[in-house]
Amino acid sequence: MTWNLDDSRPIWPQLKEKLMRDIVAGRYAPGDSFPTVRDLAEQARVNRNTMQRALSELENEGLVITNRTAGRTVTTDEELIKITRVTLAREQIKTMLSEMQQLGFSADEVAELIRNEGGKKVDRNED
Amino acid sequence: MKTNPILECKNLSRYYDAKAALDDVNLTIGRGKIIGLLGPNGAGKTTLIKLANGLIRPSSGQILIDGVAPGIHTKEIVSYLPDKDYFAKWMKVSDVLNLFQEFYSNFSRKKADRMCETLGIKQDMPIKAMSKGTREKLQLILVMSRNAELYLLDEPIAGVDPAARDFILSTIVNNYNEDGTIIISTHLISDIERVLDEVVFIKDGRIVRHDTVDDIKEKECKSIDEVFRDDFRMAVPGVKEAGYDR
Repeated sequence: MTWNLDDSRPIWPQLKEKLMRDIVAGRYAPGDSFPTVRDLAEQARVNRNTMQRALSELENEGLVITNRTAGRTVTTDEELIKITRVTLAREQIKTMLSEMQQLGFSADEVAELIRNEGGKKVDRNED
Repeated sequence: MKTNPILECKNLSRYYDAKAALDDVNLTIGRGKIIGLLGPNGAGKTTLIKLANGLIRPSSGQILIDGVAPGIHTKEIVSYLPDKDYFAKWMKVSDVLNLFQEFYSNFSRKKADRMCETLGIKQDMPIKAMSKGTREKLQLILVMSRNAELYLLDEPIAGVDPAARDFILSTIVNNYNEDGTIIISTHLISDIERVLDEVVFIKDGRIVRHDTVDDIKEKECKSIDEVFRDDFRMAVPGVKEAGYDR
């Protein structure tokens, strides 16, 4: 599992986003136990306080639940996971659209391009 | 858990003859944090660490550890990694571990044994047969095996190769007492910036920046390494500053 962190931006939002992606992609299934701060910090080679902050944010958004006895688990609220998944997708699209605008494409033209690409096999990058 | 600052400097100065190694430093460091003490050679990093450890005394002003001047109480709660090694050549690894176990009540032999094993250091190995890098690793093991409130690490990664640095950094972040604070002095910033909560930049004996890593990145959109290079940029001989339009 790679973390691909960018040192020119604050680290905790990047950790949060990475963990969100892992949850919506099903790497951690609903109701599964979630790794400890210590383990995650070790994996990402970051400070524990930084990882703690990322996890607190995930807790605030309800994606991760802290149980007093059983540690952290992924939410069982599948609706929330679905919504998060769409939100992440929309962010990607916004980023792409603004880049396409810089290349001079309108939204309709972009949609057309996507439809054309849709028939082809898409190489999925392992993230 | 205690909430008072673990380290405080109040108008702290230290002179060597007429030269100020530290000049009117005010600094407050909280608990449970990893702090990078960053500055070029000769900036005053080692002087500050030696003052915190009670090896030298302030010329004026105060330095307080857990609210008191360095002394018997602070020796118990401060774990110090000097920038030089201090082992007697005749000793074996096990001799050094025994010495520490006897000397410090908060030394965990179990932890030290485990770290020796992970870092591949055999206990019957004589100190004189060790490379510089291995001696540094052993020193780090001794320091991190104590359950301290303040860890002062003076250049802990300078003598080892980049591959071993990662390993040593993991050892540092995984083995300290979580309520404790670690102060790491170094100029190898890009290697350690991800493990830091806060940075203190020191230049010519003065603190020129003290901020959280997140805040710096948010404001400047740069890595700590780049910010450091900008703050400490030296005038290149023969190049006029004015020509440096950035």
